[in-house]
Amino acid sequence: MFSQIEEYYRLEKLPHIWCPGCGHGIILGAMTRAIKELGYDQNKTVVVSGIGCSSRASGYLDFNTLHTTHGRALAFSTGIKMARPELKVFVVMGDGDCTAIGGNHFIHAARRNIDLTAIVFNNNIYGMTGGQYSPMTPQAKKATTAPYGTIERSFDLSQLAIASGATFVGRGTAYHAKLLTQLIAKGARNKGFSVVEAISQCPTSYGRKNKPGDPAEMIKLQKQQAVKVSAAARLTEEQMQGKFTIGVLHDTPAPEYTETYEQVIRRAQAKA
Amino acid sequence: MTEVKDLGVLMQGNEACAAGALAAGAKFFAGYPITPSTEVAEILAAELPKVGGKFIQMEDEIAGMAAVIGASLAGLKSITATSGPGFSLKQENLGFAIMTEVPCVVLNVQRGGPSTGVPTAPAQGDVMQARWGTHGDHPIITLAPASVKETFEATVKAFNLSEKFRIPVILLMDEVIGHMRERVQLPRAEEIEVVERKKPDVGPESYYAYKDDETGVPPMANFGDGYRYHVTGLVHDETGFPSNNPERIKKFLDRLHNKLADNADEIIMVDETEMEDAEIVIFAYGSVGRSAKKAVKELRKKGIKAGLFRPITIWPFPVERLKQRLGGVKALVVPEMNMGQLVGEVERVAAGKVPVIPLNRYDGELITPAEIVAKVQEVL
Ligand SMILES: Cc1ncc(C[n+]2csc(CCOP(=O)(O)OP(=O)(O)O)c2C)c(N)n1
Ligand code: SF4
Repeated sequence: MFSQIEEYYRLEKLPHIWCPGCGHGIILGAMTRAIKELGYDQNKTVVVSGIGCSSRASGYLDFNTLHTTHGRALAFSTGIKMARPELKVFVVMGDGDCTAIGGNHFIHAARRNIDLTAIVFNNNIYGMTGGQYSPMTPQAKKATTAPYGTIERSFDLSQLAIASGATFVGRGTAYHAKLLTQLIAKGARNKGFSVVEAISQCPTSYGRKNKPGDPAEMIKLQKQQAVKVSAAARLTEEQMQGKFTIGVLHDTPAPEYTETYEQVIRRAQAKA
Repeated sequence: MTEVKDLGVLMQGNEACAAGALAAGAKFFAGYPITPSTEVAEILAAELPKVGGKFIQMEDEIAGMAAVIGASLAGLKSITATSGPGFSLKQENLGFAIMTEVPCVVLNVQRGGPSTGVPTAPAQGDVMQARWGTHGDHPIITLAPASVKETFEATVKAFNLSEKFRIPVILLMDEVIGHMRERVQLPRAEEIEVVERKKPDVGPESYYAYKDDETGVPPMANFGDGYRYHVTGLVHDETGFPSNNPERIKKFLDRLHNKLADNADEIIMVDETEMEDAEIVIFAYGSVGRSAKKAVKELRKKGIKAGLFRPITIWPFPVERLKQRLGGVKALVVPEMNMGQLVGEVERVAAGKVPVIPLNRYDGELITPAEIVAKVQEVL
C-alpha cells in the first residue's frame, strides 16, 4: 500500500520520470518500506544519489537529499557521515554509476567499513544515456556501444563488495520486493558498510537490444533465475549456471569507521 | 589561539595555511597527498582531532572534493589541499560546490605543469584553471597570498568569504610560498574575524533552500537540522529542484554571479606600493609580488617612478581598482611565472590605452627583482 509510505515522498514531485515497466520504482518502494520498518526520523535521514535513472530517486523522497555527480555519491556520503555520524545515510546508485565511474569509491567505502547503506539499482545497462554497456552487462549481451555483444566480463558486485570489506551484502530483485525490503532494513541496521544489490529491469534501454525485452517477461526471468541462498547451497555449480543467489550473502560485523575515528579524537585530545 | 602558536613562529606557508584553517574554525579535511601541498594534510591529520575535527585521506582528489562538500553540507567548515594534477581532478566537484552553493576552501599549491610537470618547482600556471577549470559559466573567488603571514590571513579570509557568499574559495599559492619559512607573529584568536554561514530564520515549512533573501545569498540549513531539502548539481530554482524553464535558469545563474559582482568591494583585496605617483606600474601576485616589491624599491632609488599593484584577490579580477590606477601611467609591466595568463586580464582593463608588457618565466625559477628592474628600464 502506497499510503503507508506516502509520508516519505515529495508527492508534488510525482509522477516520476521512469518508463512504464521500469524496475526502479519497485526498488524505491522497497527502500521506503524498509525505512518505515526501521522507524527512522526523516530529519535525521539522508539519501545521497549519483547520476542515472536510478539516482533520480533522491528528488522524490522527503529526507535530506543530495543528488551528486556521476559515480561520486559514496565519496559525498563519506563526508556527511564523518561530519555527523548520527545521521542515517542511504546511497542510491546505478550499476554503471557504482561500478564503472564510481568503482574506486565503492571499494574504498567498503574497505573503510563506514556506516552507509548502499543500494545499487542493477539493470545491467546505462539506462539514462540510452543503453550503453556497463561493467555489469552480462558478456555477449547487446548494447548501443556493443552492437556485436559485449566481450567484457561483468563484475559480480557482491563478490566485489565482500572482497573489499563490506560487512553486510545482500541481493534481491524487483520481483522479490519483500525480500528486498528486508535486506535494506538489515543492511541499515548493520553498523558498517552495507551493500544491497537490487536487480532491476530496464525494458527501454536494455530490453530494446536484448531478449526478453518485455517488462513482464523480464521480471519473470528474475523469478526464474533467482535462487535463495539456502537453496543454492544444495545445488551444484552446473545447476547454478545462468542463475544467481538472493538473500543475505554476507553478514560479518567489523569495527565501523566513524566510531573508530571517535577513538582517534580521544587519543589526540588525551595527548594534547 | 594556543594551538596556532604551538605550530611555531618560524613557519612555512603550508603550515600557515593549516594554522589559518584552524583559526577560521575548520573542522574537516579530506584530500589526497601531493607535493608541494602535503604538509597541510599532515598537519591537519594531527591537529583536527585535537579540536574535535575530522581528517580523512580519500582514495583520490575527486573523492576528497566530494567528501569536503558532504561535510560542509552537514555543517562543518571544510578544506582540501592539492597541487596541479590533483587540482585538475577536483574540478568536477568544484563545479558542483559552486552550483549547489556549498562553502569550502580549496588550496592549490601550484607546481610546474602541464601534467605531472615539475613537482618541486614554483609556477603560476594554474591561474586560468582556477578561473575556468570547471565547465560552464561560473563565478569563483581565488586568493593568491605572497608571504607566510599573508597565507595565514588569506586562509582565514578564504573561509570567511566562502561561508558568507556560499561559494568555494581557491587559495592559489605556489611552491615558494608553500615551502618558504618566515618568522611570523600570528594574531591572537580574539583579533581574528571569523564568519559563520547564515542560517535560516524561518521554520522548515517556509524554508526554500535556494530562495534569495535580497542579499543574493540564501540562508543555508545544515543536513540533519530539521530542514529537509534537495541539493542537486542540475540547474534548480529557488526550491532546489531541477528546472528547465529558461526564465528560471537565467534567474538562478544571474544570482549566482551577482552575489559576487554586487559585493566586489568586500571580496577584492589589493596591496599597493608607491602607487600614488607611479608612472610605471608593476602588476604582480603571489611570490612574484615579493620580487616586484624589491624591484620597485630599487627603481625608486634610481629615480624611476615605479609602483606595485599586487592583487591578493585575483578572481574576481580587480577590474575597477586597476582602472582607477591607470591615469598618468605610461606602462604596465606584468611579470608572471607562466607563459602569460593574468596579463590577458590586465590588457582587457588597459584596453589599448596603456601599453602592457609581459615578463614571463616558466623554467621553474623565480623571477628576480633584477629581471623586473631590467624590464622596466627597457620599457622606459
Ligand atoms: C562525468 C559524467 N560522465 C558521463 C555522464 C553521462 N551519464 C549519465 S547517467 C550515465 C549512466 C547511468 O547508468 P547507471 O548508473 O547504470 O544508471 P541507470 O540510468 O541505468 O539507472 C551516464 C554515463 C555524466 N552525467 N557524468
Ligand atoms: S531507461 Fe531504463 S532504467 Fe531508465 S527509466 Fe527507462 S526503463 Fe528505467
